[in-house]
Amino acid sequence: MYDGGKIIAGLLIGLVLLTFPFWYNLGKAAKLPEPKLAPEAQKAKQCVESKEYMAAHHMQILNKWRDDVVRKRYRIYIGLNGKEFNMSLQNECMKCHTSKKEFCDQCHNFVDVKPYCWECHLEPKEAKEGK
Amino acid sequence: MGMDRRRFIKIAGVSIMGLSLKPAVDLVDKLDASEVRVLHNPKALKGKRWAMIVDTRKCAQCKRCTAIEACHHFHNVPQIPDPKREIKWIWEDSFEHAFPELATRGEEQLSENIKKRPFILMCNHCEHPPCVRVCPTQATFQREDGIVMMDMHRCIGCRFCMAACPYGSRSFNWMDPRPYIKKENPEYPTRTKGVVEKCDFCAERIDQGLLPICVEACKSKALIFGDLGDPNSEVNRILKEHFTLRRKAELGTGPQVYYII
Repeated sequence: MYDGGKIIAGLLIGLVLLTFPFWYNLGKAAKLPEPKLAPEAQKAKQCVESKEYMAAHHMQILNKWRDDVVRKRYRIYIGLNGKEFNMSLQNECMKCHTSKKEFCDQCHNFVDVKPYCWECHLEPKEAKEGK
Repeated sequence: MGMDRRRFIKIAGVSIMGLSLKPAVDLVDKLDASEVRVLHNPKALKGKRWAMIVDTRKCAQCKRCTAIEACHHFHNVPQIPDPKREIKWIWEDSFEHAFPELATRGEEQLSENIKKRPFILMCNHCEHPPCVRVCPTQATFQREDGIVMMDMHRCIGCRFCMAACPYGSRSFNWMDPRPYIKKENPEYPTRTKGVVEKCDFCAERIDQGLLPICVEACKSKALIFGDLGDPNSEVNRILKEHFTLRRKAELGTGPQVYYII
């Protein structure tokens, strides 16, 4: 092999550069998000669906709700254990999950999603004044 | 056990018949997945053809319109001073602007007193709404009860509807409206930059059994809301007893806001 030393050295440097992000960030894993349940939510004990289902599918539920409410005039959702809910982000969801910062934003920031719900829908005032 | 041709065809036939069950199974699945879990509010007002009557005789005696104030506060409508960018759901204008074809024709026998009155204008919730026809995303649509409504989630801000509407009932959000909302109503969303908005006859209140907020807020009871599809309704009775005008009815849009003069 001609110039074997140079090639191998080059490969090594290349390998180090390629893997740089992995070993540079070793042991510095970002903290897992911890969405905090507001006291109102803890008191209610149950959400529209099970906790696991809500964590995984709340966006689908909200997406369906907005069509059901605006376009089909449905207003009431029969949730877990037959409990009825007013299908409204501002007037139902946020009555329990009173702080967007402590609840919604925790996971949304972690996975870097920016849902545009809040461009129109208002978050509860208390959360803002607390800052 | 051998199978002859006759037996094979019999079994195949029965199997194919089984396929006819599929639509029924699908339907049950679909119901299970969505419709069964949601209900209409039992208190919702039911109507076939909602309409509004504005009694301009009563408006003439008012100095300050509480209906406009209540509507704009309830729906978080921003107060933008620049008339080119202003947002309005319900507003007051002169006779010439409300009925330009009557005002310019010259043959009109209306008294000066009528022409001096303020006219409360809003979306006419047309029977044949041109805005619905032009909307490319079906963000503007007509409900079964006649309300011309907007699904803000779908609006892309193309403003075709604004060009189509002959009444100027629609406003475009040229900028973030939130800084221009004095006191936000936490029960109702705001809008965002880049969507069109207008009066929706308080569809969300109707679906919860309440009258439109302007009707509730009008101190002199000049706004009457009701169902034209019901022959015994108050609006039908009033329309039979009074001479009313509709804005640009000759265009064929079938406006559903009537003005008693």
